[in-house]
Amino acid sequence: MAYIVQTRTRASSVAAVIGAVVLILLICLPFFASRSLILDMFTILTMLVLAQFWNLLAGYGGLVSVGQQAFVGMGAYTLFGVVILGGIDPVAAILFSGIGALIIAVPTAFFAFRLHGAYFAIGTWVIAEVVRLLVAQWKTLGGGTGTSLPREATSDMMFVGWIESLLDVRSAAARDVLAYWLALALAVATIGVIYWLLRTRRGLALAAVRDNIEAAKSVGVDAVRMKWVVFLTSAFGTGLTGGLIYMQKARISPDAAFSLNDWTAFVIFIVVIGGIGTIEGPILGVLIFFLLQSLLADFGSWYLMTLGVLAITIMLVAPRGLWGLLSERTGLHFFPVQRRLVATKPTEK
Amino acid sequence: MIWVDTIIQGILLGGLYGLFAAGLSLVFGIMRLVNLAHGDLIVMGAYLILVLVTLLGLSPFIAVLLAMPLMFALGWGLQKFVLNRTLGDDILPPLLVTFGLSIVLQNALLEGFSADSRRLPTDALTTASVQVGPIALGVMPLLTFASAIVVIIALNQLFYRTSLGRAFRATSDDPVTASLMGINPTHIFSVATGIAMIIVTIAALYLGLRSNFDPSIGPARLIYAFEAVIIGGLGSLWGTLVGGIIIGVAQTVGAAINPEWQILAGHIAFLVVLLIRPRGLFPRSHD
Repeated sequence: MAYIVQTRTRASSVAAVIGAVVLILLICLPFFASRSLILDMFTILTMLVLAQFWNLLAGYGGLVSVGQQAFVGMGAYTLFGVVILGGIDPVAAILFSGIGALIIAVPTAFFAFRLHGAYFAIGTWVIAEVVRLLVAQWKTLGGGTGTSLPREATSDMMFVGWIESLLDVRSAAARDVLAYWLALALAVATIGVIYWLLRTRRGLALAAVRDNIEAAKSVGVDAVRMKWVVFLTSAFGTGLTGGLIYMQKARISPDAAFSLNDWTAFVIFIVVIGGIGTIEGPILGVLIFFLLQSLLADFGSWYLMTLGVLAITIMLVAPRGLWGLLSERTGLHFFPVQRRLVATKPTEK
Repeated sequence: MIWVDTIIQGILLGGLYGLFAAGLSLVFGIMRLVNLAHGDLIVMGAYLILVLVTLLGLSPFIAVLLAMPLMFALGWGLQKFVLNRTLGDDILPPLLVTFGLSIVLQNALLEGFSADSRRLPTDALTTASVQVGPIALGVMPLLTFASAIVVIIALNQLFYRTSLGRAFRATSDDPVTASLMGINPTHIFSVATGIAMIIVTIAALYLGLRSNFDPSIGPARLIYAFEAVIIGGLGSLWGTLVGGIIIGVAQTVGAAINPEWQILAGHIAFLVVLLIRPRGLFPRSHD
């Protein structure tokens, strides 16, 4: 009897095939879907990316941040800054968004890593508030009232002319399609990178730190370095997403770009409802979130109340979320990271 | 002279922040639970007082006495039926549950009372001031500061002079050993949260008398309270008041330089303290 270590399961192989089919469908979506569906999908995909990065922080890194809006807002403002002041194409400027978020992530980490647990949460929140108040002082970018992307920047955006002729649509619709494709690429890249990270040695180290920091240190894991890796990765990704979201909106204000509700509360609910500490959880969570949003959209604050009560209930009854419940019952893992020992038949020599 | 005035006003404002923070400090000290809905509970307390004042035609100072037992019961129930189930080694459940509670409370208040700014009815007392040398001190800020001191003295008396306080300290140090001595930690936790809600009600009274409030202002109060607790050092009640005063002075001095810098100055003072003394000014020897 010989043994091999593997992470792949039959379910994950099937999921990979289904995932590829869904991906091709999503890429082709703009050819047959309405503009409003494309915009809904854009929202879903960007929320999914934010949720994956928050999940990486809290679910895998044990760093419960309530200050993700700092990176969304900073990414968005960096994009507006380089487009308005530097005259750079908005699509190319998205890369600067990630860098902008990194620039504030380093001092943030320096402060916040002195705090633990709930204090870390509030610390990140305070820093997000400080960044919001400072940005509101920046008069060239509209101060407290905000500003818009200049017309010439949005109309000459990269790829837009090409999409116009490809899909035979007006330039406004073409810009939405472009934003959607970028969001799709970002979502796929995010899931890919996080899955890859979790399957490397770093991922093992991360799980070890989350489960028992002292034990992890004793076998040589550099816990502080892992925290930095996770924090900076998620700040960079969150910043990119912030830039993309506000490239599509083309209008920004400090209160919207640094909104605690939009960029952190919703994201936390998505992850908690779907299942924290799994890659599948945020995907399931974002679908439920969007379903609830369309069902309860006319009820205003009842919608947020329902979401809050649902998240509280799930945290109390099933702390691993809906996906956790499902995979516990069925043993399903679409993105397995567990290394399992599999017996193989001895091969004839 | 204007600077002396600004700093004194800041110290008195610190009394209000100390009141916001005392309940948070109490709960954290006993069960290491951080309630992210604390600010929204203060706002809810202010609405409760407003309802009692409007329905029964009472003075806010009488209405607060009626609100206290109601808020105690609410805190007790919240801890017993919800928060006790989240306590444990994992820090995620209490954070996420209280964060959810915060969003639920904000939106429930929004649904019930609309987004309009409200204020508790004021009378001659609330606008009066006393002249101390060249400086005029508002009676309301003085009363707030005095209440903060009374609350902290009362809590310290409770902690060190009563058997309930002994149970609080014992459970705080080691819940398992405390339960061997006949103390039921979950019961102690529920009573502690109930008492924290009484302090929240007092804080709510002054919040509502001194300024306008609406359902969305809770999170900012939570942040000020938190900053005060962290600056003071975890679990030290007098330290919490000092923390509140530091935030209050930073805010009034910031506002005196540029009105837009009021809140920012408070946050920056907090970050500076954190940089120099990561464990606060008066940390406990253990934990």
